[in-house]
Amino acid sequence: MRGLWRKIRQVGRVAEPAPSPPAGGRVGPAVELAGSVQVRHVDAGSCNGCEVEIGSAFGPVYDAERYGARLVASPRHADALLVTGPVTRNMQRALRRTYEAVPAPKVVVAVGDCARNCGVFAGAYGVAGAVADVVPVDLDVPGCPPRPEAIVEALRTLTDR
Amino acid sequence: MSVAGAVSALLQIALVAVGSPLLVGVMRQIRARLEGRAGAGVLQPWRDLRKLARKQPITPRGTSEVFRTAPLLMLATTVAVVAVAPFVTIAAVPDAGTDLFVVVALLTLGAAALALAGLDTGTAFGGMGASREITILALVEPTLLVAIFALSVPVGSTNLADIVTSILHDPSRAITPANLLAGVALGLAVVAETGRLPVDNPSTHLELTMVHEAMVLEYAGPDLALVELASAMRLSVFLGLWATLFAPWGIAADAGVGALALGTLVFTVKVTALGAALAAGEVFLAKLRLFRVPELLAGSFVLALLAVVASFFFG
Amino acid sequence: MNIVATAIVGTMVVAVATATAALLVPRPARSAVVGVGTALCGAAGMAAGIAALAGQVWSAAVAGLLPLAGVVLTVDTLSGVFLSVIGAVGIAVGIYGIGYARHGLDGRWVQAMEPLFVAAMLLVPAAGSVGTFLVCWELMALTSLLLVLAEHSHRAEVASAARWYAVMTHLGFVAILIGLLVLTGHADNDSFPALRVAASTLSPTTAGLVFALTLIGFASKAGILPLHAWLPRAHPEAPSHVSALMSAAMVTLGVYGIVRVGLDLLGGGAQWWWLLVLALGAVSAVYGILQAAVGTDLKRLLAYSTTENMGLVLIGVGAGGLFAAAGNTLLAGLALTAALLHVINHAAFKTLLFLAAGSVLHATGSRDLDSLGGLRPLMPGTTAAFGLGALAGSALPLGPAFVSEWLLLQALVHGLAAGGVATAVMMPIAVATVALTAGLAVATFVKAFGVGFLARPRSEQAANARESPPTMLAGMGVAGVACVVLALTPVLVLPAVGGASGRVFGTTDPVSAGLLTVRLQGFAGSLAPLLVAVTVVAATMAVAVLARLFAARHRTRVSARLWDCGAGPLSARMEYTATSFAEPLQRVFDDVVRPEHDVDITHYRESRYLVNEVSYRLRVPDRVEHRLYRPVLAGVRAWGRAGPRLANGSVHLYLGYGFAVVCGALILLVVTR
Repeated sequence: MRGLWRKIRQVGRVAEPAPSPPAGGRVGPAVELAGSVQVRHVDAGSCNGCEVEIGSAFGPVYDAERYGARLVASPRHADALLVTGPVTRNMQRALRRTYEAVPAPKVVVAVGDCARNCGVFAGAYGVAGAVADVVPVDLDVPGCPPRPEAIVEALRTLTDR
Repeated sequence: MSVAGAVSALLQIALVAVGSPLLVGVMRQIRARLEGRAGAGVLQPWRDLRKLARKQPITPRGTSEVFRTAPLLMLATTVAVVAVAPFVTIAAVPDAGTDLFVVVALLTLGAAALALAGLDTGTAFGGMGASREITILALVEPTLLVAIFALSVPVGSTNLADIVTSILHDPSRAITPANLLAGVALGLAVVAETGRLPVDNPSTHLELTMVHEAMVLEYAGPDLALVELASAMRLSVFLGLWATLFAPWGIAADAGVGALALGTLVFTVKVTALGAALAAGEVFLAKLRLFRVPELLAGSFVLALLAVVASFFFG
Repeated sequence: MNIVATAIVGTMVVAVATATAALLVPRPARSAVVGVGTALCGAAGMAAGIAALAGQVWSAAVAGLLPLAGVVLTVDTLSGVFLSVIGAVGIAVGIYGIGYARHGLDGRWVQAMEPLFVAAMLLVPAAGSVGTFLVCWELMALTSLLLVLAEHSHRAEVASAARWYAVMTHLGFVAILIGLLVLTGHADNDSFPALRVAASTLSPTTAGLVFALTLIGFASKAGILPLHAWLPRAHPEAPSHVSALMSAAMVTLGVYGIVRVGLDLLGGGAQWWWLLVLALGAVSAVYGILQAAVGTDLKRLLAYSTTENMGLVLIGVGAGGLFAAAGNTLLAGLALTAALLHVINHAAFKTLLFLAAGSVLHATGSRDLDSLGGLRPLMPGTTAAFGLGALAGSALPLGPAFVSEWLLLQALVHGLAAGGVATAVMMPIAVATVALTAGLAVATFVKAFGVGFLARPRSEQAANARESPPTMLAGMGVAGVACVVLALTPVLVLPAVGGASGRVFGTTDPVSAGLLTVRLQGFAGSLAPLLVAVTVVAATMAVAVLARLFAARHRTRVSARLWDCGAGPLSARMEYTATSFAEPLQRVFDDVVRPEHDVDITHYRESRYLVNEVSYRLRVPDRVEHRLYRPVLAGVRAWGRAGPRLANGSVHLYLGYGFAVVCGALILLVVTR
């Protein structure tokens, strides 16, 4: 326990200073969400590269929680779905049901190139389509995988903080 | 009920209702800073509640009124306890007294209502959360009641107001062996009842490690806001009860404006300090395996029993 | 005019008349006639009890009715408590039985036994001499035995359960008989006043022997460990309204016996008597609720809950005796008040629970919680009744049992320094026992209500349930109203009960109850059950109104599919069952509960590596039965097997026995000269 305390004192703050807030003010869903967004991540068939970046975005270095975003376990508790990967045939119905379980107002964020347009998996036999083919998408985060700063910026447009 | 009593009760209810999400915010902020993060700010739980209240309410198909009314009942029992406990002033205690057994039983009623709601969903996670929560509840009861027994022996009464006045009149009562042992036992019991580490992790996403969260996976929108507010208020109430029993200095004796202001300030400081200590401690603890929790609770029970023995022999 | 006398005589007359009518009336009208008759019996008994509590005592001696001793009836305030309880239960059960007994239970003799059982139970507290007491006790046992056997042609377990019940109740009867006869041997006649006089001349050993023997019999009747084994067998197998009568009314007569013989006739006695009663009560309370918490048979769970509650009552009685032995009569009165109030409250909620369980059994044909569920939309009345009973049974505020448990805890807490070291050691243990029992009771009733009635049906039978007929709902309603009234306004019964317990110890009412507040006399402590209930209800409504205010107006509530993690539809197999709900508790208390697992693996014929079927059985047997009864039964069986060898028909052996006994007797006479 003393070792851990000493480490805490030595390391201090790990979170990088916040970049400038996104321009545009409070528009769209951010009006109703008013600085608080609960996020539920759905892996619709990704290679887990985007998951690593999302994990990093919510880690101590980028600390997406300081902008009001929090990961939750149940879609009933969530406002936003963070969907990664192309939608495989097995996950099509599950993604649709997860979207329906979220109470209004809801937002879908497609993270990564695979979620936007199937990326490198376009045309594969197990892929049913991009996320926009299954559920309505409100926000895109391009990249393969997208940098954590990009994911954080997308979340900041939702919370406007 | 006198006017002073009603005013004090309303003041306490307002204080705890407004302050408990702030307490949760402070605790999360302390954890964040100790973990090297920046944290969302102390007001974030209030932002969450405000947003949840505006969301669409959902009733899952197959549930009954038990699911709808459990959050109301949980919040109502907590409010009932806050209204009659001497947190800020002793004037809030009604003529009939605030019996500690009644307080513990009311808080148990609220928790049992939520467990029933978990079973009402009919999902495996709901049942699992209810089962674990009820087991912990059943095993914490002996510690709570025996510790209350230990505290009541020197005073001759289980009325919370009597215990508070007796310590205020004779401060040396606060450091008797019985009081210290009961304090540690009740501290462990508070950790178990409020679902904090090492008994339960309130911020876990893994359903198989959940106890309290698993029961509320099905709640959405305003219902979830009620559940979160009720949990935060329960945390404040338990910490407030601990502070009132073991450090009652600062509690007003009447309902004068100056006394009430001082009492409010002191109560806020005490509960915030306890919450901060709990949050800081959580950084160094890992969650216990569920089947180790009874050993922890058995240990706290033994301490409570020793407290009774000490109160009998050392007065 | 003496109301008590009229009411008691009236009860007997109505009971006999109803029994005769049951034998004569044709089948369609039989259950209605018997139901109304039983309810009238109960009402008369309750009137007698209330009149006795109000102060009217009555005594009568009828010389010719029984050979040798005659019948002596004496009703005082202590009898009054039990008369009112039994009478009230009889009313609810009678009304319920009209609808319940209509299918399959309206045989002539079964129906005739019902009013006779209630009448026999009402006579036991009214008995004023040993002969009358024993005859009425035996009548009660016989009529209840015949009622337990009512469904023996439907299930095989009924006969086994009835055998256990018959043997144990008669062994208890023999113990009570010997004990009371030892006491009567020292008295002029067998009436209670003479026994009181004789008790003061007894040596401590003899008094202890009398108490121990009668304790064995009465504790067995009350379902106290270790002689409780008949209770979880007989109560589930009896028809549900009979189970209610047995659990709510008959077992309390065991408590009556202990209080009457120990505290009244023997005048208090030594400290070790009441330490024993307290210890037995504590062990029964914990063991009973533990078995209920891990049980899945709904009626067996309720039967074990009866053991638990009678254990709590005996904790109160034992504490009362302890305090009285130490000289603190006010505190003793408080403890006994708590015990008697718990008897009353238990009768109310146990009746409600058993009647609701009977309703479920009637509708679904199943007692197994693991196959019930989803009954809320199909049987709303029964669900509400069981919910109220479950709230009451878990001793939470807004339930009646909370008031009596609070009184019991107050008596124990204030009694820490009331006796010597023994009391000081037992009080924290007793408080810890009451606390653990309360916690496990919450677990048990959340399980029973949540798994049995909420969520979705787990079997075809549960899915096809329909609400019960109105007479059954009316019976449950009577019990439910009693629960609510006792929870909110205990002032209706507390002065009478307090007075009765005070009189047992020769002191005043230890509790002063007003409409709002219940206060302890001579000690600091007060409780306001009505205020607590009003506060909680008002807070709930205020929270609901505020929640509606702060919600978004343009968002209406929708009904959505359960969150099932996006996969296929949730089947009933995915719901938590009673076994899974209780699994953590079963693991914590594994040493006490020791469940038995049976795993049966069937392999394919072709290869032992391929599994065809796995069958798994989990059973929670009664551990006390295994440890204590098995050796005794094995010994009896061994003795039975020795019989043919000892009496094998050889004349030489018999002549040898005769010779040996004559020689032994002559030697004995020479030696003891």
